[in-house]
Amino acid sequence: MIELANITKTYRMGEVDITVLSDVSLKVRQGELIAIMGPSGSGKSTLMNIIGCLDRPTSGVYRFEQREISTLSDDELASVRNVKIGFVFQTFNLLPRFSALKNVEVPLIYSGVPARVRRERAIPLLEQVGLSERMHHKPTELSGGQQQRVAIARALVNHPPLLLADEPTGNLDSRSGEEILKILTGLNKQGVTIIIVTHDPGVAALCKRNIHLKDGQIVGDQVTA
Amino acid sequence: MNFLETFRVSFEAILSNKVRSGLTMLGVIIGVMAVILLVSIGEGARVYITKELTGLGTNLLIIQPGKTSTSGGFHPPSAGTVRKLTYDDAQALKRRAWLLTDAVPLVFGTGRIKFGNLGRDTMIIGTTPEFQRVRNLYVDTGSFISQGDVDSKAKIVVLGTKVKEELFGDQNALGKVVMLSDARYRVVGVMRKKGTSLGMDIDDVVYVPVTSGQELFDTDALFEIIASTPRAEDTDRAIAQIKDILMKRHAHKEDFTLQTQGAMLDTMNTILGVLTAVLGGIAGISLLVGGIGIMNIMLVSVRERTREIGIRKALGARNKDIMAQFMIEAMTLSGAGGIIGILIGVGLALIIPVFIDVLPTSVSAWSILMAFTFSAAVGVFFGVYPARKAALQDPIQALRYE
Ligand SMILES: Nc1ncnc2c1ncn2[C@@H]1O[C@H](COP(=O)(O)OP(=O)(O)O)[C@@H](O)[C@H]1O
Ligand SMILES: [Mg+2]
Repeated sequence: MIELANITKTYRMGEVDITVLSDVSLKVRQGELIAIMGPSGSGKSTLMNIIGCLDRPTSGVYRFEQREISTLSDDELASVRNVKIGFVFQTFNLLPRFSALKNVEVPLIYSGVPARVRRERAIPLLEQVGLSERMHHKPTELSGGQQQRVAIARALVNHPPLLLADEPTGNLDSRSGEEILKILTGLNKQGVTIIIVTHDPGVAALCKRNIHLKDGQIVGDQVTA
Repeated sequence: MNFLETFRVSFEAILSNKVRSGLTMLGVIIGVMAVILLVSIGEGARVYITKELTGLGTNLLIIQPGKTSTSGGFHPPSAGTVRKLTYDDAQALKRRAWLLTDAVPLVFGTGRIKFGNLGRDTMIIGTTPEFQRVRNLYVDTGSFISQGDVDSKAKIVVLGTKVKEELFGDQNALGKVVMLSDARYRVVGVMRKKGTSLGMDIDDVVYVPVTSGQELFDTDALFEIIASTPRAEDTDRAIAQIKDILMKRHAHKEDFTLQTQGAMLDTMNTILGVLTAVLGGIAGISLLVGGIGIMNIMLVSVRERTREIGIRKALGARNKDIMAQFMIEAMTLSGAGGIIGILIGVGLALIIPVFIDVLPTSVSAWSILMAFTFSAAVGVFFGVYPARKAALQDPIQALRYE
């Protein structure tokens, strides 16, 4: 499904180039549940952004479903993000002025789905994450765990084959975190490919495959039975 | 992404910050209002003056002594070479210039008219019977000056209504004797009420035979001859005729000036057109300032919503979706400001003449259209830069923005 070959990412900070990812190669198959671990600043988020087509690698080849990403235009990347990828962020990243329901509808707006159909598709997802009673609340009126569940519903609304979660439980208490993980593992059982960045060994233990990053390089890639 | 949705998003953004949006719009509102108001005042002046000038009578030609050239201003007549305009000149024009319906001689000036112990300083016009027809001013009671009065230098006077009211009140004035500069004049008529025109009270005037008027002002010349042609197409030929006749009588010198009403109208129109354009231009500058206000607020808005832009891009918004969102926001601000400005501007333009009657206004469709187009253009022009800035944000940087 995903293939990264010799991916390098460097940022220019004034006069010096800093290499955030160097020579990362990785293959992900449909239906995998992967945890990416590593110390802070090791390049986990950068790797997720490249996989999520939010960022382009400085060099190397990235193929998503056999398509070479570096040849795509900005608009084509936007459409890949819209249809193929769901994002869940550590800081939830909901639009503050919109209700939970409207937030879930946003990706559908950019796929040109009419308003009535958007509602019809967004409501069951909010029910699935247990928020049918809070649909019309603004993010500020929701707890962290509830906000993250809205974010998951939003990531799933276009039925993407790949879900990327960058420290999804990092800002949550352990109970809310567990609920989020339950939802994510449940989705994986339904066939969604999921990559989770985490510091929590407990979370990693739930995943069949653990990838370790250090200083922008993959230092470990184990599949547990 | 459909237009309606983009519009809703922009509209919600505007509503979520009502005070700021309102203040931003205020700049455009004031600008558009000023454009409409000033242009309609300029237009109003033009319409008013055109109406008043044509109200004087149509196709008038005014002959004055001395030569003014169109380019060089007034050349004072040098002594001995310039002949005055005389009553005989007017008579000659009337007899020989067949393209003219009338050639009315005029002397005028201010003087004191007294009746009993009441007195009044007023305008005295010495003229002939045809004056009524040429100037569209008619006698109401009694009679106007007759040719016999002119020929015999009769000491008779026709009063404007204002003068009649001031001196006689409700009494009958006909047949009464008044004093005009120490001479006794008998009132033979009272004019029809006319009101003011171009700042002059047409009713605050008295008329005497031109010959008597010359005696009053102690002159043997005329101050002006008003001629009229029945058809506008004949104006040029009539001018040629007048020149021909007068130059023959004036030792082949063109020592007089011919002004046509059309030329006067054209000059006034040009002056007022320039005035209107200047006023509109000044108002346009304030609209421009309003536009800069929009750009300023849009830049703030883009910065504040950097994270929102990042989120939307992560969820699949293309650059043009973001661009459209901010463009529509800027255009909604300027468009709504434009509409409100038009309403207030038109409202004021309609109300002002009710309270200030020396300030006529004329609201024209083109000024409304222009103001609206201009305000929408301001929205587009000043919205493009912030919207582009928003659209070209790098999604990663935008998401990292605190
Ligand atoms: N846009 C950027 N410009 C400069 N440096 C960056 C940028 N993004 C990330 N970095 C740097 O790259 C390194 C890796 O960042 P990140 O991928 O966020 O690490 P992690 O998510 O593993 O903590 C950090 O040292 C960070 O400062
Ligand atoms: Mg990170």
